[in-house]
Amino acid sequence: MEDKNIYEYTLMLADSSLIMGQRLSEWTGHGPILELDIAITNIALDEIGQARLLYQFAAELKNKQEPGSKATEDTIAFLRDAWDFKNLQISELPNGDWGQSVLKIFFLAHWQRQMYGKLIYSPIKNLSDVAEKALKEVTYHVRWSSDWVRRLGDGTEESRGRMQKALEYLWPYTQEFFEPEGYEWDGIFENAGEDFFENMKAGWNKEVSLVLTEASLTLPESHTYMRKGGKKGLHTEHLGHLLAEMQFLQRAYPGCEW
Amino acid sequence: MNEQPLWEVFIRNKQGLDHKHVGSLHAADARTALESARDVYTRRMEGISIWVVESRYIHASSPEDSGSFFDPANDKVYRHPTFYKLPDEVQYM
Amino acid sequence: MDTEALQKEFDEKIEKDIKIEPKDWMPAEYRKTLIRQISQHAHSEIVGMLPEANWITRAPTLNRKLILIAKVQDEAGHGLYLYCAAETLNITREEMQEQLLSGKAKYSSIFNYPTLTWADMGAIGWLVDGAAIINQIPLCRTSFAPYSRGMIRICKEESFHQRQGYQILLTLAQGSKEQKAMAQDAINRWWWPSVMMFGPRDADSPHTKQSMAWKIKRFSNDELRQKFIDMCAQQVEVLGLKIPDPDLKWNEERKHYDFGEIDWDEFWSVVKGYGPCNEERMSARIAAHENGKWVRDAAMAYAAKQDAKSKSSTDKTSTKISKNE
Repeated sequence: MEDKNIYEYTLMLADSSLIMGQRLSEWTGHGPILELDIAITNIALDEIGQARLLYQFAAELKNKQEPGSKATEDTIAFLRDAWDFKNLQISELPNGDWGQSVLKIFFLAHWQRQMYGKLIYSPIKNLSDVAEKALKEVTYHVRWSSDWVRRLGDGTEESRGRMQKALEYLWPYTQEFFEPEGYEWDGIFENAGEDFFENMKAGWNKEVSLVLTEASLTLPESHTYMRKGGKKGLHTEHLGHLLAEMQFLQRAYPGCEW
Repeated sequence: MNEQPLWEVFIRNKQGLDHKHVGSLHAADARTALESARDVYTRRMEGISIWVVESRYIHASSPEDSGSFFDPANDKVYRHPTFYKLPDEVQYM
Repeated sequence: MDTEALQKEFDEKIEKDIKIEPKDWMPAEYRKTLIRQISQHAHSEIVGMLPEANWITRAPTLNRKLILIAKVQDEAGHGLYLYCAAETLNITREEMQEQLLSGKAKYSSIFNYPTLTWADMGAIGWLVDGAAIINQIPLCRTSFAPYSRGMIRICKEESFHQRQGYQILLTLAQGSKEQKAMAQDAINRWWWPSVMMFGPRDADSPHTKQSMAWKIKRFSNDELRQKFIDMCAQQVEVLGLKIPDPDLKWNEERKHYDFGEIDWDEFWSVVKGYGPCNEERMSARIAAHENGKWVRDAAMAYAAKQDAKSKSSTDKTSTKISKNE
């Protein structure tokens, strides 16, 4: 039971990073200016790098649980179907315009910073090791995306309009960030008190709202329909297409070395 | 034409060394220039500290002046330690 | 100094292999040639991102995905270094981009070919980057200093590009029957366009002579092409695959490989814009530029606002260097 929770939690983190990285890598070669093309590509590399480390740990767990299963980072990433993926839904949404992508990074990076910030104290060494490395990366993503949210929100009239629209589109997807699934279990975190997720949520809310206010953007009314389910394998229609593309070679030529 | 200004990037690649000019980039403001310098010029662990300065603030000597600027230093050989011949017995100087 | 004396001084520097810096006097034609060559080179890096970016989302393993992303990102960096080198010659990046997007400026024709299978990532790394490296290494010693400095950085960073491509092909060549066929098919399609990358024959290359006199170029097109073919002829053996040229064979007398005639009609038609992907490549660049306009505008507007604000308060956004540092 314990191992299964750790396995699923690890997948949730890994899938969120991979799917985010996969989406962001679509920008490579198409950014608004070379400097930004390079910057967003760095974030994609960080995300996929995090996913790899987490999948390697997940594969280790799986092979221990089911001897002979021969799981690797690649079998986990490329041979599961959409319902097995536990990523936050926000990561699978199409990129939209540059502002939408920046805002997605902004929300996710703030979530990751909360998560990894706690996970560095995890008694599970593999997870705390990954968290230590990832925390530095997402701290930079937080800085970079917050800067750009301010710049685009408080830039021109057009840019503010686009950011406000992006905010209204993406906000409902942030609801599931801090609603714990069964596998987000106490033993993963050190001293996770009763208000553990509530506190993280409050921290996230505070940081995010501060920047959005500085960016002169208005938070949407809270009664908009809130999206959730990603963490248990319930996704938007977009994920299936993303996976079809990402997994194509492994599916078309099974069992090959690449 | 509303092109973002050009910045020069200087990087210290090891503690204790000077910042060295590594290249340039375009950015709207100093903070973006710093972040872009980080993303563009330190992808391979090349840096531990970055300076950026907007190119228009750099004043350069001009090649036409190089004669009067630099040639006069040529005959000041007495500034160099090798100018002074000491007996071989003198050590550690 | 009069022009004649300046010209003499310039010629002497070239003669003695002293690099030319942007503020040094230089003949107008030298400047023009450099702007054309460096900006074309930069455009090639940027457009060259597209055929490979086409496979980023479909890379077969996480490791291959990271390598490919990093490689395509390097190309963006190289384009950036080169645009900056050209900017020292009194042209802006915006002007150069305008020349590219309006179709006035050229870029390397190789990037107008499509990437159809994963093996193309291998063939591009091995052949296209291989050809690029042969072209670029002598450019590290080119006479214009900012170009030379940029090329040194680029060559250092590119050293993994060709290796990763070759390794992709090697893995495929040792893999399943389909994988091996995929690798051979990619080499078949990329071989001739790669050989064409060195440009027209020396006899048909109008700029070569002057560029070599100015030491912008160090070797002629045909010399570099021969070097490339000699290199590949050996490396393909290790792959156990074939180069699609029945005339390719070792010439003991010349100590080089002989090779078949290039299809020059195809070469010129792709140069003139009738390659398989010219339109796709251009429209992708135009879309990126147009879709990014609001972002660039917002950044400028925000900077102006912040600037106005900081006139009345101190700047908190970044640390100013103190006098003592």
